[in-house]
Amino acid sequence: METEQLANAPAETLPQDGTEAPAAPLPAVCFENVKYSYDEEEGGEFAVNGVSLTIAEGEFVAVLGRNGSGKSTLAKLINALLRPTEGKVTVFGLDTADTKKAFDIRKSAGMVFQNPDNQTVASVVEDDVAFGPENIGLPREEIGRRIEYALDAVGMTQFRSATPSRLSGGQKQRIAIAGVLAIQPKIMILDESTAMLDPKGRREVMDVVKKLNREQGMTVILITHFMEEALEAGRAVVMHRGEIVMDGTPEEIFARADELETYNLTLPRAAYICKRLQQAGMPLKNAFDAEELAEGICASLQRG
Amino acid sequence: MRIVAKGLTYVYNPKSSFATQALKGVDLTIEEGEFFGIIGHTGSGKSTFVQHLNALIRLTGGELKVGDYDLADKKCKVLELRGKVGMVFQYPEYQLFAETVKKDVAFGLKNFNKGISEEETDAAVREALSVAGLNYDEVAEKSPFELSGGQRRRVAIAGVIVTKPEVLILDEPAAGLDPLGKKELMELLHSIHGRWCRTIVIVSHDMDEIAENCTRAAVFSEGKVALCGTPKEIFSRGEELAAMGLDVPVTARAAQILRAHGYPVDTDFTCDDFVKKVLALYGGAGAETAVPPAEEAAGAAVPPAGETAGADGAEGGAGDAE
Repeated sequence: METEQLANAPAETLPQDGTEAPAAPLPAVCFENVKYSYDEEEGGEFAVNGVSLTIAEGEFVAVLGRNGSGKSTLAKLINALLRPTEGKVTVFGLDTADTKKAFDIRKSAGMVFQNPDNQTVASVVEDDVAFGPENIGLPREEIGRRIEYALDAVGMTQFRSATPSRLSGGQKQRIAIAGVLAIQPKIMILDESTAMLDPKGRREVMDVVKKLNREQGMTVILITHFMEEALEAGRAVVMHRGEIVMDGTPEEIFARADELETYNLTLPRAAYICKRLQQAGMPLKNAFDAEELAEGICASLQRG
Repeated sequence: MRIVAKGLTYVYNPKSSFATQALKGVDLTIEEGEFFGIIGHTGSGKSTFVQHLNALIRLTGGELKVGDYDLADKKCKVLELRGKVGMVFQYPEYQLFAETVKKDVAFGLKNFNKGISEEETDAAVREALSVAGLNYDEVAEKSPFELSGGQRRRVAIAGVIVTKPEVLILDEPAAGLDPLGKKELMELLHSIHGRWCRTIVIVSHDMDEIAENCTRAAVFSEGKVALCGTPKEIFSRGEELAAMGLDVPVTARAAQILRAHGYPVDTDFTCDDFVKKVLALYGGAGAETAVPPAEEAAGAAVPPAGETAGADGAEGGAGDAE
């Protein structure tokens, strides 16, 4: 109760001139100096420690960082699974500290988790996808349309009558994504959703996510340990001990290799090789995948 | 213990409409002392195969020998075998269950050695935890759930190696860890290999991981071994791997492209080796001037000022490589 009031207070007293300015669209996600501690009584360590971050609608943001750096906490703060200990989180202007708004916030920010086996609730694919829309009390015909749309968007229409437990990991995650899509959120948060998949499954999920971002303007927040996946995003954010320590395009981030290393993150392998060659004096453009790297090396060798 | 499989077959749910043939005749030999990799996408039969190795799945077709244990023999001492072939499943930290780390690690040991004394148990647990990179005094009395994810995974591994298995099988041991966590885990496996467990078998989706760590590897596809050999042999066959829906390591892919352009870069595996190879070429090219095809070079820009200095540095690098 107390924390709720505290968090609410600034929201009401703030002179909201920023948001009331006529043309400025509401950001999809806005963190204002947010702190979160799992251990409120002790006032111990903050899992998220003073994060300010604005994500515009339609952005594709990768969140990187070691295990325990606060990435998942950040994700849970977005869709009001957690509420800030200090500071304020808004999702399209809705304050997550306002418990009455939680429902609306979760409708606009859907979350896909890591384990494909923990996210299915029904024994038939289409029932599973229908779970969300049923929960928000949509009429029957609309639920039908949503299932249609969601399964089509993830390329799983032909599996609508299948049993989720008999699908591959990648397929299960696509069903989980469809379940989120059926709510028609504007933001999709993927919390290491590709970690348990094989390369093929990972590609399937990434392709679906990229398509949603590109074609439907879906705001995507992708938490990942795969540096290669971050390259597919438009923006990458690095977390370290609960703070955002780097923020830029993936190319900018990976160009700052030494800094990344201090946060115990590695470069994508191709970028690492490229950097080593550059350090040895080979004139190369920054490369982030095998093709770019090989082309760069060829060009450089030909000049030599 | 040498592992020899001949014509291994297995069908899930036989005699039902769900019958699926997971193994369709696997021939594979894993020598004692190897750090062996098993690759293959979901449904290729690799998990079914490794579960045969300690009789979690009983042999129903073909032959399988693990050391002197003949799994086709109905009288095969399965419990004894399981003490010698340890299995670490995917995300093993989810399988921890005891109140304390010590009890969890001791569980398997007590099961395999009925009547083992408390002192012996304690000593074995202490040793296993230390091999797994954990401090006994720090963690033994804690609940596994108080530990971080990476530490929990180490506890799970300790719980398997505590019986001193001769063969250690790990299914996706580094999955879900961050890059540094992965590196540390692979280092842990190398420190266990040879000194503690003679043979290590890892199942992995990460081609770079296989390339950098394994002595040999087998690629499973549609219930059979499609390719088997050293990482070098396997990853030089990029087209075949792609046809099976698998990737090749970044270094192998880059090397392939370089070869297509006429540069003799071998399919080499660690990133550092690849760097040395390229620098050797670069140093060579600088010295002999324009060995490679010239058509595209015409379009290239004038070499930047730093070039000469770079070539010198590269020659130094090439020297190191030899």
